[in-house]
Amino acid sequence: MGIGRVWVFGELAEGKPTTTTLELIEGAKSLGASSVEVVLHGPEVDGALGVLGGTGVSKVYNVGDLGDALVGAPIAAAIAGQIESGNSPDSILFGATYDGRDVAARLSAKISKGVITNCIGLEAQGDTIVASHALFGGSQIAKSKFTGAGPWLFVVRAKTFSAPESLGEASVESQSISVPDLGATGAAMVINRHVEERSGPKLDEAPIVVSGGRGLGQSEHYAMIEELAKLLNGAPGASRAIVDAGWVPYAYQVGQTGKTVKPTVYIACGISGATQHMVGMKGSKNIIAINKDKDAPIFTICDLGIVGDVHKVLPALIDALKNR
Amino acid sequence: MNVAVCVKQIPDPAAPGSLDPTTKNLVRGGKLILDDSDAYGVEIALQLAESSGGGEVTLVSMAPNGETSGLRTALAMGASKAVLVSDGKLAGSDALGTARVLAEAIKRVSPDLVLAATESTDGYTGTTPVQVAELLGMPSVTFAKKIEVDGNSIKVERQTEAGYDEVSCPLPAVVTVTAGVVEPRYPSFKGIMAAKSKPVDQLDVAGLGLSDSQVGSTGAGQEVFEVQDAPQRDVGEIVEDDGEGYAKVVSFLENLKLI
Ligand SMILES: Cc1cc2nc3c(=O)[nH]c(=O)nc-3n(C[C@H](O)[C@H](O)[C@H](O)COP(=O)(O)OP(=O)(O)OC[C@H]3O[C@@H](n4cnc5c(N)ncnc54)[C@H](O)[C@@H]3O)c2cc1C
Repeated sequence: MGIGRVWVFGELAEGKPTTTTLELIEGAKSLGASSVEVVLHGPEVDGALGVLGGTGVSKVYNVGDLGDALVGAPIAAAIAGQIESGNSPDSILFGATYDGRDVAARLSAKISKGVITNCIGLEAQGDTIVASHALFGGSQIAKSKFTGAGPWLFVVRAKTFSAPESLGEASVESQSISVPDLGATGAAMVINRHVEERSGPKLDEAPIVVSGGRGLGQSEHYAMIEELAKLLNGAPGASRAIVDAGWVPYAYQVGQTGKTVKPTVYIACGISGATQHMVGMKGSKNIIAINKDKDAPIFTICDLGIVGDVHKVLPALIDALKNR
Repeated sequence: MNVAVCVKQIPDPAAPGSLDPTTKNLVRGGKLILDDSDAYGVEIALQLAESSGGGEVTLVSMAPNGETSGLRTALAMGASKAVLVSDGKLAGSDALGTARVLAEAIKRVSPDLVLAATESTDGYTGTTPVQVAELLGMPSVTFAKKIEVDGNSIKVERQTEAGYDEVSCPLPAVVTVTAGVVEPRYPSFKGIMAAKSKPVDQLDVAGLGLSDSQVGSTGAGQEVFEVQDAPQRDVGEIVEDDGEGYAKVVSFLENLKLI
């Protein structure tokens, strides 16, 4: 029977499938699914059909515009409705995004099926999907699989699969699916959206990421991180310590509870290298660390380590780059 | 307003965790402590109960061997009582099995609001609270950084990819809070003494009315069948900064043709 039909919970941003969505579609294809089908919502689904067709998916389920409702409950109910009426996938992939986790969790409880989370790899073995996930902040990798009947639910971390470099367009079949009555579960509504402006490349897509941690000493010194990132056409990032301290918004956080990044170069400045931080950046192609403590754990995973004071190394580095 | 807070008692994260080589379940030896991530939920619950003019904060926890040391920490912070579910049959429970247990325990408390951490420090599946919400038929708001009570509903600031959303949600509801949003209070000496005599209601699987097949490794329907050490990265060059450390970084970036 093989891996069968795989659905992807897809998300759109500015009318286009998000990188995570494209990654999951590639993942589903790499499993050798008999068909890859995408569940989408929002007012812009029709406009995104061409690009989705171009990825080779065979069908799009359109849940429609959910207005201001939080998406977890309605999407889970719409998918559960399909499963109950006999249109059931064998597996469903969700990105480890805010909404992806909500939908997966709701659906899991609704259809009484477990969910395997934090996947950093999915692999077909016969009729089974084997999921890898990082344990203890990435020091160990566990492999797991479902033992019972599907649909199998997997929540996959960003960057587990690679999105295609370029996208073509092709037509694809689209089917509307409806949201059943949600009762109280659908009552959470967004009443206001706040967007924190960021310039430059996106943290999880930038070729260079420069991150700062508590070793910067105080919030004003984060300006050095931003300046260096700008000079390198990269994105500034942060450890949780300085996000919690309120120096930078949460959107900057790299790690287990923040973003997963895999840039060409990751530069960690004044970051100790806690396992929860490293799990979000260990996959970078090259890692440079600047830390005054030669025993800092970050030095065990870096390609170039400078044992020194960020207040000396960073200004010198910024000057050198400016003078080129 | 009565608030239930789901709290997890975990092995000290400072001591590296491990999996049992045969069962592949998390080894839970030694004393358990209150998961740091949950201290934020406890703090917010206490603040909400106080500002709404009283009400009780009840802890709900599932833990092996009737373990209460982490609960005592949260009781010392000011929670009124706890419901603890402990049963050998729960070993190997997945997130959904855990959610079934917590949901049944929460039903016995009938809270106005259920709080939980966005994810636990050790397991970090991040799905349990929303599974609880679905089992209880409640709405849920995840990734909350601020909660305000407004009569029969709450207003929540929810982190998003772009910033944050203000979400309005009627009660009862389940909300997961992110770490770092409040400063959890330290238990006072008086609090620690008082915590010793606060009620901890102990229940098992049968007492919750759940069947054995809904929990533990039988209920899980998934298994970890292999655990390996993650591939190590090779360590590169480590140099002491002598004033020229920056130049090393410059040439490293040059070699990669990034500058
Ligand atoms: C459930 C959970 C999830 C978490 N998720 C994340 C996450 O997603 N991301 C994350 O980052 N963390 C996360 N953490 C927190 C993590 O455990 C660490 O506490 C955090 O990463 C530490 O941040 P830091 O390295 O900036 O600070 P510290 O650990 O305090 O390190 C500061 C470093 O700066 C160095 N330093 C000090 N002064 C200087 C100087 N003048 N020049 C150079 N170096 C200097 C010090 O030697 C030290 O190594 C999580 C924790 C938990 C429990």
